Amino acid sequence: MAVGTAERPLRVAVVGAGPAGFYVAEHLLRRAEVVVDLDMFDRLPTPFGLVRLGVAPDHQKIKAVTAAFDKVAAHPRFRFFGGVELGKDVTVADLRAHYHQIVYTTGAQTDRRMGIPGEDLLGSHPATEFVAWYNGHPDYRDCQFDLSQERVAVVGVGNVAVDVARILCRTPSELAATDIAEHALEALRGSRVREVYLLGRRGAAQAAFTNPELKELGELEGADVAVAAHEVELDALSREALEKTGDRAGAKKVEILQSYARRAPEGKPRRLVLRFLVSPVAVLDNGAGAVGGIRLVRNRLVASATGTIQAQPTEQVEELPAGLVFRSVGYRGVPLPGVPFDDKWGVVLNEKGRVLDPNTKQPLLGEYTAGWIKRGPTGVIGTNKPDAAETATAMLEDAAAGQMLAPAEPDAAAAERLVTQRQPHYVDYADWLRLNDLEIARGRSRGGPRLKFTRVDEMLAALGNRARP
Amino acid sequence: MNIATILATKGDKVVTVRADQTIREALGVLAQHNIGALVVVDGSMRPIGVLSERDVVRAAAKNEAVFPLLVSQLMTRDLVLGDPGDDLGAVGQTMVQRRIRHLPVVVAGKLVGIVSIGDVVKAQRDQYQGEVDTLQTIVMERGT
Repeated sequence: MAVGTAERPLRVAVVGAGPAGFYVAEHLLRRAEVVVDLDMFDRLPTPFGLVRLGVAPDHQKIKAVTAAFDKVAAHPRFRFFGGVELGKDVTVADLRAHYHQIVYTTGAQTDRRMGIPGEDLLGSHPATEFVAWYNGHPDYRDCQFDLSQERVAVVGVGNVAVDVARILCRTPSELAATDIAEHALEALRGSRVREVYLLGRRGAAQAAFTNPELKELGELEGADVAVAAHEVELDALSREALEKTGDRAGAKKVEILQSYARRAPEGKPRRLVLRFLVSPVAVLDNGAGAVGGIRLVRNRLVASATGTIQAQPTEQVEELPAGLVFRSVGYRGVPLPGVPFDDKWGVVLNEKGRVLDPNTKQPLLGEYTAGWIKRGPTGVIGTNKPDAAETATAMLEDAAAGQMLAPAEPDAAAAERLVTQRQPHYVDYADWLRLNDLEIARGRSRGGPRLKFTRVDEMLAALGNRARP
Repeated sequence: MNIATILATKGDKVVTVRADQTIREALGVLAQHNIGALVVVDGSMRPIGVLSERDVVRAAAKNEAVFPLLVSQLMTRDLVLGDPGDDLGAVGQTMVQRRIRHLPVVVAGKLVGIVSIGDVVKAQRDQYQGEVDTLQTIVMERGT
């Protein structure tokens, strides 16, 4: 009898409950021609990955996408196993024994390094750690950031760098109206940060931030935005590139930055400075093993063979005193135990979502991937939708052709027994919805949309601490 | 988005040929992998040319005896090389303008991959579609 019928559903395990995992689930569960039983695993008790733990707390509108994920989770053949970690609680071999297909959607969980001296001095952090901390990620709950420093340098001008700079500049009352973690709000209340520098390698026209984000930086209640006019002048190369590609958003971005350069400070308590055409070459020691500043080399712009405008270092060097440095030069995937990983690109090598054997470069039977761990950390949340559709299509093609794992126990009850035995405190979707309601209720008392639980123990206690039989 | 984004999903699978191989051999490789172009490399994997199906078609239209010719006789030597950090917007623009269908990508002179104009178009389309989806979701979920 064929797999994919009500009697013998196609059993799929999704590892990672972020947007990529939910979009794969959506694509698989809405097909009429095949009956899919889908179990979604996450190492945390809470779903939604970076929507919960990456997207900035003052960007609630973007988090509205979770309503679409709730609809997927409401499908009768969807189950959530939160707090169950691959490699610790269950192995790939366990999944192979219970599912026809496995999809890895674990994202890019770590940051790229700058590769410069002093990067690991006290007070030099990956921006992603700060983001995870203010968003209440349980693993980063106890991180310490020295907010007694008056000047902070954020390396990078992408979305994460801008988020970090903006959160550092927000007033406590602005922050209290968000779903920022309580420990972060408390720490930021006592912040003595006065100046935040955002450091971009290339020019204004090449900055990765979008115009809405840039405008937001000019509307902060407690911080004046400052830009040096000579750093946002449009050079001939950039002008030509903007004209050739008809990039109106890019031209607008330069205009906004130039308008910031003309602004007089309004005497707000903080100052947010956007710098361009500088690359860090060293994080400097203050003499006591902590960050004292950052050495920058000034860049000029050159065009590569393909017309890309690149930063080329000059001889000019400057030192920027700073007591705290956040690097935000990109995310990077981390290997999963028992899953092939390509270290060069930081992804699970794949073809249209089919995981490739690293030696033969041929697809591995029954193993798939989607999202950032599949293609690298690019795009917005919605970019994962076409990406997930490609993977789901490959899965269904293979299933129709009979190319799938032959699990010893292709049975929903058996999988649940396995998970219960390995992790009796796992969190299912009904549990999560209760946590969600509790968090929203707690948030109301603070005057914000949500107040997160930031420790796994806290979450389990809120759910009544019952182990499953 | 840059070239590295594309290579991350295609990997370092790039089919190469040597300049001293015959066109017959090269066509066999093109057919075997169902692709449109081969990167011609020297002994240390440095790209020295590209042989595309168009190069062969152009030669065959004038000369029926193309098979025994050498790759070095038909390959394009005027190479545009990409870097993994190159922006896809600029890359697409350059490829269209210069009518390049395949762009070898090098790091420190060594071949690390190849991107086709199709790869660039797909990556950009996925990006735009993703942005539209995100905006639609935000608008729709706010409305409900």
